[in-house]
Amino acid sequence: MPDNRVFGQNLFGTRTSADQPYRYPLWRYFIALGVLVLGILYALPNLFPPDHAVQIEVDNSSTIIGTRFTAQARELLENEGIDVKRAALTQRGTQIHLYDELDQIRAKDLLESRLNPVGMERQFIIALNLAPTTPQWLRDLGSTPMTLGLDLAGGIHFVLQVDMQSAINKQLGDEADKATAILRDANVRYIPTEDFVSETGVHIPFADESRRTEAMTALEISYGPPNHVLEEVEWRGAPAILITLTQDRLNEIENAAIEQNLTGLRNRVNELGVAEPLVQRLGSSRIVIELPGVQDSSEAKRILDKFATLEFRLEASVTDRPSQIEVLPYQGVDVRLLKENIVTGDNVTNAQQARDPETSLPQVNMQFDSIGGERINRATAPNIGRRMGIIFIEQRPVVVNEIVDGERVERTKIETSRRLISVATIQGALSYNSRITGISVRDAQELAILLRAGALAAPMYFVEERTVGASLGDENIDRGMLAVVIGLALVALFMIVYYKVFGVIADICLTMNMIVLVAVMSLLGATLTLPGIAGIVLTVGMAVDANVLIFSRIREELKRAAPATAIKNGYDRAFVTILDANVTTLFVALILLAIGSGPVAGFAVTLSIGIVTSMFTSIFVSRGLVHLVYGNRAVRKIWI
Amino acid sequence: MNLNIDFMANRHIATVLSGILLVASVVAFVWLGVNRGLDFTGGVLVELAFEEPVDPVMVRAILADDGYANAVVQSLGSEREVQVRVPPVPGIDQSNVGDNIQSSLVEGIGVADLRRSEFVGPTVGEELAEKGGLALLVALAMVLVYIMLRFTGKFALGAVVALVHDVIIVVGLFCMFGWTFNLPELAALLAVIGYSLNDTIVVSDRIRENFRTIRRRKPVEIINTSLNQMLGRTLVTSLTTLLVLLALLLAGGEQISGFATALTIGVVIGTYSSIYVAANLLLMLNIQSEDLALPAKEGSEDAI
Repeated sequence: MPDNRVFGQNLFGTRTSADQPYRYPLWRYFIALGVLVLGILYALPNLFPPDHAVQIEVDNSSTIIGTRFTAQARELLENEGIDVKRAALTQRGTQIHLYDELDQIRAKDLLESRLNPVGMERQFIIALNLAPTTPQWLRDLGSTPMTLGLDLAGGIHFVLQVDMQSAINKQLGDEADKATAILRDANVRYIPTEDFVSETGVHIPFADESRRTEAMTALEISYGPPNHVLEEVEWRGAPAILITLTQDRLNEIENAAIEQNLTGLRNRVNELGVAEPLVQRLGSSRIVIELPGVQDSSEAKRILDKFATLEFRLEASVTDRPSQIEVLPYQGVDVRLLKENIVTGDNVTNAQQARDPETSLPQVNMQFDSIGGERINRATAPNIGRRMGIIFIEQRPVVVNEIVDGERVERTKIETSRRLISVATIQGALSYNSRITGISVRDAQELAILLRAGALAAPMYFVEERTVGASLGDENIDRGMLAVVIGLALVALFMIVYYKVFGVIADICLTMNMIVLVAVMSLLGATLTLPGIAGIVLTVGMAVDANVLIFSRIREELKRAAPATAIKNGYDRAFVTILDANVTTLFVALILLAIGSGPVAGFAVTLSIGIVTSMFTSIFVSRGLVHLVYGNRAVRKIWI
Repeated sequence: MNLNIDFMANRHIATVLSGILLVASVVAFVWLGVNRGLDFTGGVLVELAFEEPVDPVMVRAILADDGYANAVVQSLGSEREVQVRVPPVPGIDQSNVGDNIQSSLVEGIGVADLRRSEFVGPTVGEELAEKGGLALLVALAMVLVYIMLRFTGKFALGAVVALVHDVIIVVGLFCMFGWTFNLPELAALLAVIGYSLNDTIVVSDRIRENFRTIRRRKPVEIINTSLNQMLGRTLVTSLTTLLVLLALLLAGGEQISGFATALTIGVVIGTYSSIYVAANLLLMLNIQSEDLALPAKEGSEDAI
């Protein structure tokens, strides 16, 4: 038969003569069985409902959370009549599992009042949590339940836009100042204007072309690839030089800005006391924050908005009036500083801890932007030998417990703290690149971090916010699961009515497909969302398609062949069709996954995985089952 | 099943029917436009569940006092639940509007459970709409290329025209009925492409097979035979898919109903189009068995 080359012997069939029943190799049963066992093992954790738990982490306390602490917390709760199911140390603290939601809230309040005294800064972060209850032997196998998306678990989803144009403008402003400084040093006259910086780059106009040529020569020494492009252009009727940043440099600026803002945001989010927060970069200029279980978005926003900064000031001299002086303690000694700032942390573009190459003493290298560099140069040049102080100003949310109307409430206040973190003698005139010396290694390290974290690279604003209340989340889970069960039941029933014995086989495959789908999603750590559940439901409807194709082909073949041959031909000939149909659907699903975000991605994940698992079960497994029923014996009639 | 329906005899009627549906959809799209939801327009949405039934008129009054006269207030399901939507206002940061609305309604009416609250900035909305459109185009282009490689150009054209047909009609119906179109509905539209494609390929596969095995018959007859052979399967698969969609519509809740509606329409139209649009177009393009004479290449591909 010429057909055999087209539809014939592929992965799923063994060639035998058409008259006699043929064997389905034993190893295929083993593979099917192996996949089923693995599927059950990795899908199983999803059947264990999570415990209502309270998670305790250290905030400002110096206590170390260990087994003793855990035991004490447990005792405290049990003495108050709250039954503790289990208490266990986690990576970040300790987790106390309770029997119900009511106990959970009571336990939190109780722990709150005992661990965080009223009127004091918060000592411990105590968060409500849904803790997985996967048995240890499953966890040893790396088997964990699927994560629930915010639309199912409840919580807040924020997207922040980092204002890249302002980060780039800041850099361009620097370039303009540096370039004009170079030209002044080289004695090349340019036409001064207010607005060198435009969105495209920096324009420097000249009176005539010969000046421009001179300027080009001077600028080419410091400007050029890989970071800059110099061009001769006409600008406002005058010959000009246009300095633009290369794409590489722009990417670098954007990356640095977003990384810095991410670091700052992570610190803020940790302050919120959320059990499992997520702070992640989204695309080129956005940051996504997910806070499961949090409902109060205004409080969360207030905390995420605040950051720290620095102030650089000269030490006051004897001639300065008291009204110009601020006294701050430094290492136990009061230091008198001028109130006027030389520069602030906004002007620091970068900072690293280093060692002096000659003395190998610790120091901090800082880079200022153009304004900062100029200012610090003007201030320090006439003041060599005088001391300079750096003040660290932190606006941070402080969580304090208060009693309002007899009720205990957690209040977040924005507290501004001012600390003198460094006092050092000015060794020489400072400029764009400066260093702070005379400090210990530890201080140098800390200072570098604070300088970097203190300067927010670019402003951010909220562009998306989605809050799902806990009640709606629960409802979504219940409804989604109900839809899956109803859909599965309807399809299963239909298949049995329409295909009889083969319908039962298709149903077994469908069930196995569900198990494997859930197992794969759990293994991949995929997040289950409401559209994801819709994807599962749709998979149920479409997964039987492969079996429908095979079975209807078998029915056709039965008209001209014996049952055994019909079964074999049915599987072989339907295979190509199934493959074509599924590969194209998989294409579409993968495009969805690549381009879509949020709900679209959630749907695409389950759909893609479902397509792959359903092909396996409805071809490979169903064939095995069919041969288990009808193989190895002469068959006269099959129930299809 | 021993069916012998002369599908292709009705093909001119089908062409007219598809034509009417397409024109109506395009007219609805141009005239009425898509009722774009929050995901694509940007703006604010807050859903609150109060302890007592709430009169939307009162909610509107409270919001108007707060300066949100443009807010759209709607009761949901039970009278206790209220949905408030505020359209985007150009040049104004709306990131706090949701919080404000929530607090003033709680103050003015009473304790409420926050069901959900959404804020989408206008640029994000535009981007999502752009990305969505792009996803549709990329999906169609990839499908075109794949079918061209697996089948021939004529099949690819037939399949893609069928898909475009389905997408336009589903969107057209959304326009006609004014249903809200959000991200989940977009996902549904892409799933419709996947589904309809699946159907079209199964039919095309059989047409190709029959062109090779049944010689000396007219293309119309071969296509008719193929459609009849696949009819059972096409209907069964559509039925099982519709069964699960029915489950989703009935049990899935309000948040997923738009998605389920779009898919349900898509499955029905997709089934119709794989019979009448894709196969019909093959005839119009004058398909011949010579178009499919590539057995050598096929064999090597199947050996994967």
